[in-house]
Amino acid sequence: MNMIEPQPMTAIDRVRLPAQAKDLAARGYRLVQICATDGGETLEVTYSFDCDYSLTNLRVTLLKGDTVLPSITGAYLAAFTYENELQDLFGITVTDLAINYNGNFYKMAIKTPFLRNNPSGAV
Amino acid sequence: MGTRTIIPFGPQHPVLPEPIHLDLVLEDEKVVEALPSVGFVHRGLERLAEVKDFHELVYVAERICGICSFIHGQGYCQGVETLLNVEVPPRAKYLRTIWGELSRIHSHLLWLGLFADAFGFESLFMHCWRVREKVVDIIEATAGGRVIFGSCKVGGARRDIPNDMLKGIKTELAAIEKQYNELKPTFLHDNSVKRRTVGIGTLSKETAYALGAVGPTLRGSGVASDLRTLGYAAYKDLEWEPVVEQGGDCYARTAVRVREVTMSFDIIRQAIDKIPDGPVDVKVTGNPTGEFFSRLEQPRGEVVYYVKGNNTKFLERFRIRTPTFANIAPLVVMLKGCELPDVPVIVLTIDPCISCTER
Repeated sequence: MNMIEPQPMTAIDRVRLPAQAKDLAARGYRLVQICATDGGETLEVTYSFDCDYSLTNLRVTLLKGDTVLPSITGAYLAAFTYENELQDLFGITVTDLAINYNGNFYKMAIKTPFLRNNPSGAV
Repeated sequence: MGTRTIIPFGPQHPVLPEPIHLDLVLEDEKVVEALPSVGFVHRGLERLAEVKDFHELVYVAERICGICSFIHGQGYCQGVETLLNVEVPPRAKYLRTIWGELSRIHSHLLWLGLFADAFGFESLFMHCWRVREKVVDIIEATAGGRVIFGSCKVGGARRDIPNDMLKGIKTELAAIEKQYNELKPTFLHDNSVKRRTVGIGTLSKETAYALGAVGPTLRGSGVASDLRTLGYAAYKDLEWEPVVEQGGDCYARTAVRVREVTMSFDIIRQAIDKIPDGPVDVKVTGNPTGEFFSRLEQPRGEVVYYVKGNNTKFLERFRIRTPTFANIAPLVVMLKGCELPDVPVIVLTIDPCISCTER
């Protein structure tokens, strides 16, 4: 059979995100990745953590027009690269970011190219 | 406190074949802070999932990077196969393992050569690349390409390697390994190499883990983490274990890669001995639905492919987290406190692949 690891996904409110991240860090989880998906009316932001080859995910859903997220760099400093990427590619504003490039992490000709309703970012 | 100056390192630098930039804050010759910049050539390949159907997208995945191209394709295929609930034939799993380990050997030999070049050991650089060339010859003979394999597809492998050719590869690898074994002592015991690597750019076990380091960067700091342990492809049938060093410095990260090449030779030998006969692909029907994080161990470390399907031939989201992206934060910490001449050596020890990072 194919090797399929369980990958639990927990939907949480953004205000609980920093505390949840601190809890996972205290339990020995490392940050694996953060990514966003444009769902049309919403943006899904998924945080993945690993401990002993076991992946667990937190998901925050943001309404377009209210795309502000608290940073988890207080728990995982390494999150600064992912969170700057969220700002540059999806236009999400991340507050309390430990190292903030203010939209200059990637040098791009167009702003927020991964938003689907961005006409200049069409593929 | 000495005089503080800011030295720009990159994006064009003799040790960097691809553009990454560091602002180095120095006190005299000592680095007190390093601020990285990437994104000079970001390609936005992930969005091509919206216009390339999921069968075609494997060609895009393979072209993310010219060094770990096969494993990019493999990781993408494994993710989509999970969404489609496709069981890949056993022979295809072994073929993927063999090509994946050939990739690891040629990637590590390429890096070892570049690393030797970074500290001025030109002849060692040439010897590494001479040996690597023979590995690339095997890749060309089996896949048809030297950089892009084009051998992985959703549902298995695009081509087979005949059993008699596999036996020939085993013989050829024995000769290559013999030549490689002549190089190993230079990296591990030569005084001039050790003076540039031992105690340089040290990353503790706890810091490496907390900062999300992956691959030889993490294992060089004493953490036995290798995604092949998950048992994808044929790894669950083969005997191997993660290569770990305890030093956390440039020497330890180099030693991990030196020893991993030897382990890859062994894994390929085992795979050739155990590969079953049978088909190399299955027919794939339907469209991917659901979401999955496919994780594999590339030469540079853990790579993550997020695939999300919506029951159409186009993926809703295709996202790649490359090992170099994960190793940027650990690199910043490694550089703090080092001497300016050691910066190129330390940067190289994460084996930065900007082509992957600028996917």
